Amino acid sequence: MSDAATVHDANPTGFAHQFEDLEQQRDAGRLGMWVFLATEILFFGGLFAAYTIYRSLHPQAFLIGSHLLEVKFGAINTVVLICSSFTMAMAIRSAQTGRKKGTIISWLILTMLLGATFLFLKFRFEWYHDYVDHIMPGFGFHNMPQWGANAPQVQMFMCFYFFMTGLHALHMIVGIGILTTLCIMAARGKFTKHYFAPLEISGLYWHFVDIVWIFLFPLLYLIRY
Amino acid sequence: MMGLTQFALNSMAALWAGLPLSPPAASSIAESVDHLYYFLTGITVFFSVLIFSIIFYFMIKYRRRPGQQTAPETHTSMFLELSWTIIPSLICVVIFVWSSALFVRNARPPANAREIFVIGKQWMWQIQHPEGPREIDALHVPVGEAIKLTMTSQDVIHGFYIPAFRVKKDVLPGRYTSVWFKADQAGVYHLFCSQYCGTNHSEMIGWVYVMSPTDYAAWLSAGEQSESLAQQGARLFTQLGCDTCHTGTASSTGPSLAGIYGKPQKMAGGGTQVVDDTFLREAILTPSTIHVAGYPQIMPTFTGQVDEEQLLQLIAYVKSLQPQERTNGQ
Amino acid sequence: MSTTATIDQAPGASAEPQINYLNARYGVKSWLLTLDHKRIGLLYLGTITVMFIVGGIAATLMRLNLLEPQGALVEPETYNKLFSTHGIVMVFFFLVPSIPATLGNFLIPLMIGARDVAFPKLNLLSWYVFATACCLMLYVVATGGVDTGWTFYTPYSSLSSHTDVFLAAMAIFIGGFSSILTGMNFVVTIHKMRAPGMTWFRLPLFIWAMYATSVIFVLATPVIAVTMFLLMLERLLHVGIFDPALGGDPLLFQHMFWFYSHPAVYIMILPSMGVISELITAFSRKKIFGYSFIAFSSLAIAVISFLVWGHHMFVSGQSVYAGLVFSVLSFLVAIPSAVKVFNWTATLYKGSISYEAPMLYALGFIGLFTIGGLTGLFLASLATDVHLNGTYFIVAHFHYIMVGGAVMALMGGLHFWWPKITGRLYPDLWARFAALVIFIGFNLTFFPQFVLGYLGMPRRYAMYPAEFQALNVLSSAGASVLAVGYIIPVIYLIWSLRSGPIAGPNPWGAKGLEWTTQSPPLTENFEKTPIVTEEAYNYETAPAPEVARV
Repeated sequence: MSDAATVHDANPTGFAHQFEDLEQQRDAGRLGMWVFLATEILFFGGLFAAYTIYRSLHPQAFLIGSHLLEVKFGAINTVVLICSSFTMAMAIRSAQTGRKKGTIISWLILTMLLGATFLFLKFRFEWYHDYVDHIMPGFGFHNMPQWGANAPQVQMFMCFYFFMTGLHALHMIVGIGILTTLCIMAARGKFTKHYFAPLEISGLYWHFVDIVWIFLFPLLYLIRY
Repeated sequence: MMGLTQFALNSMAALWAGLPLSPPAASSIAESVDHLYYFLTGITVFFSVLIFSIIFYFMIKYRRRPGQQTAPETHTSMFLELSWTIIPSLICVVIFVWSSALFVRNARPPANAREIFVIGKQWMWQIQHPEGPREIDALHVPVGEAIKLTMTSQDVIHGFYIPAFRVKKDVLPGRYTSVWFKADQAGVYHLFCSQYCGTNHSEMIGWVYVMSPTDYAAWLSAGEQSESLAQQGARLFTQLGCDTCHTGTASSTGPSLAGIYGKPQKMAGGGTQVVDDTFLREAILTPSTIHVAGYPQIMPTFTGQVDEEQLLQLIAYVKSLQPQERTNGQ
Repeated sequence: MSTTATIDQAPGASAEPQINYLNARYGVKSWLLTLDHKRIGLLYLGTITVMFIVGGIAATLMRLNLLEPQGALVEPETYNKLFSTHGIVMVFFFLVPSIPATLGNFLIPLMIGARDVAFPKLNLLSWYVFATACCLMLYVVATGGVDTGWTFYTPYSSLSSHTDVFLAAMAIFIGGFSSILTGMNFVVTIHKMRAPGMTWFRLPLFIWAMYATSVIFVLATPVIAVTMFLLMLERLLHVGIFDPALGGDPLLFQHMFWFYSHPAVYIMILPSMGVISELITAFSRKKIFGYSFIAFSSLAIAVISFLVWGHHMFVSGQSVYAGLVFSVLSFLVAIPSAVKVFNWTATLYKGSISYEAPMLYALGFIGLFTIGGLTGLFLASLATDVHLNGTYFIVAHFHYIMVGGAVMALMGGLHFWWPKITGRLYPDLWARFAALVIFIGFNLTFFPQFVLGYLGMPRRYAMYPAEFQALNVLSSAGASVLAVGYIIPVIYLIWSLRSGPIAGPNPWGAKGLEWTTQSPPLTENFEKTPIVTEEAYNYETAPAPEVARV
């Protein structure tokens, strides 16, 4: 009687023994990712709810806080992420249409580069600037005199900004890690026209992270409009 | 047989009266809450006994006989399913309506309620009577008069609980919560903190002294000769410089405060807000969130300059100001 | 097979030791790196037992302290840490995972005819995450504990407490991910891996209950994760999220906390109800009454459970209107539970009932859950809740459901499936005796607390007015009986592992795919994927119980 590990390794198509067939495995994988995304919606949703409540309680302070953010970079990053979702979809499509593994890997790498660009712009030009300007809570945060009595709530806005974009960035980093793994799997020739479930499932995750940003951007940056 | 039943019922009633199963019913609502409680207890006992007895009966009647392996089929019965869904639902509707009616009625204090202020802090209750006397971990009230408690905390969330009156309300930092009661029995009753607040939560307890109106009046005047809350507030009003802007004249920078308490105030964005304790508190602590129509929003904040006690004094002072004739522009 | 069974074998058991999931591979590594859902279930069983002991010790010290009005044993500071430890450990690290992670993990693939869960590696990961969270929590307890109560109300927990709230919140945060992974696994497994012929309406009701529970796991747990996350950031950076002085709202914490924690209590009770459905049919040997009503009521409870969280906040300062809405919804959520109780009772009608320990636990559950559930009506009712909130009435109510309900169901389930899990039988007379001791001890402990609550004794009090002493002493006395009741099964169950009679595949003669395979099962559960052709609980085709019982 063989155990799970050896059966798995001897199986090049990635078929897992607990399933009856590849189709059941793919179905299960997809459903699993959707269920996981549901948990992520609730996770971010809690933060969104708290943010919304405080914004309605302190509209002026949050407006001031929003002005501290750089819409330019937020907008560029939005475009970057939308492009990355496109390249991710292309990676899946190239597997689906049976392209060479080089094509798949190229699209994956492009996606990763765009994701890395997003992170670079955010950390280097937004977060670092905020740190230098003393508006990063917990790291030498200084109240500016023009905020007046709104100062504590402006700080709270910045907290939410860093929590929410930080959590999002963490998900992006994990996403890039997942894409790296996919590249390795593609390089080993694991993906065929019939088996590309990991790409599909990771694509769902990547699109979700993109969509979270599409909600974050107007909520945080575009209050003034 | 009848005699036996009668005896049993009498003993149970005596037992019920003698056993300490509920606190003294010392407020106007206590008995009605108790009645609802007894009804709920009755429902609980009835259904528990029903289920227990049916189960016992089935356990005995349908115990497995030697050699018997399976039981005959019984079909699902839509009639039973509907019955035992609908009947409990109806009972719940009855309880909900009864309870909500009681709750809503108890939620609004009568208009003529006497107001007393409570500040909760780790780990004591400070009670402030508007006439001036102050007490710690004790609350003296007159019997038969509606009392409204306006409460706030100086640190964490506490809970103000008088079991004998069947009233309880959490006491929050940064805002006012209120609860009202009318004590209808003179006596001394427990006061507990009902929301866990740290190390000495179980020692944040005290006594409520319900006295006849004459005794209460005597107690009030016999207390330390202090000014009333409003008088203290008047002094503070000048001390803090409030009167430089709120002069009450036509040319004053800030709106006149005479007679505004309890009345709707026109706000800058359109609409009105009623000037209550919370409104005044916010105006003093976070004036940037209050923009009254016709006046610039330039009032400075007094956060950090007044504590909860002083806030109550200022509010009491504003409350005490009689409406004057309004001049143009106000 | 010999006609005269030897003393240590039950009829139906084969004489040679068979290969099964327990002896297929030996060694610590084979357990710590296992992908077998059954072994993972046992890993969880070990972990939650440790946490139960820790929580139980805290409870013992609390009840000892409450023997005297001025506190008999510890200072208030320590008492506060004890009740916080008891609550946090019992809720997050015992009750929430208990039946799902142990019985659920073990049984779900077996009951649906699958080889394993959908994602075995995620399953193992969920145990490691859980074990990490437990270790972190034990570290917090060992280094002084927290004194915030399991509810962590702000601003006390965020600003005032001097204990290690940050790490305790982190332990709960981490533990939450284990729930999410388990829930995900179960949802996908039940949807996608049922054996041929196992349609939704042929599933055992335990599976329906676990499915509903998993939906709650998946949707509610992220919210407690975010709540704890915000609390952690608050402790670290003091930024005022829940501090009114800085514009924060302490009530927001309560809303976010209870948005998870109310559905969480249904996470604790739904699996128990699933177990009871299995036990009642097996020991009456007939089809359950109202199968689809019980199945749908599980789903209804899961859905409505998300809508009632405000009933924990009736006196918190929320509006009267909110109170009314949450009150009516709280009454609504009681109805499906009542439907279940009536259906279980009706199942007994014209049954062929036997009284082995699992059945005693099941019957005890029905009685105690009925009382616990009905006392919930006192709390859904606004006017009475004002008086009862924050008192011992609440403590009694939830212990009736969680201990008289959930823990009894866990005990009943453990005893019922013990032969399947271990291949051994335990001494039933001792088991019945222990069940009785537990039932008596439980009622002695918690019934007086209803009275204490109405009399006005607040909860979380290290000291209390002298007039409450008699009832407190009664409650503590009951607790000592209850403790004895819990110790007895530990002894005979462990004894049975070595010396209990060897069990056959179906000692109870029960229906269900798990009973069609050997005891203990093979690693891959079934030699051949089963094909299901009949409804659940079709006792007309059930084998006889292997051991004749009265």
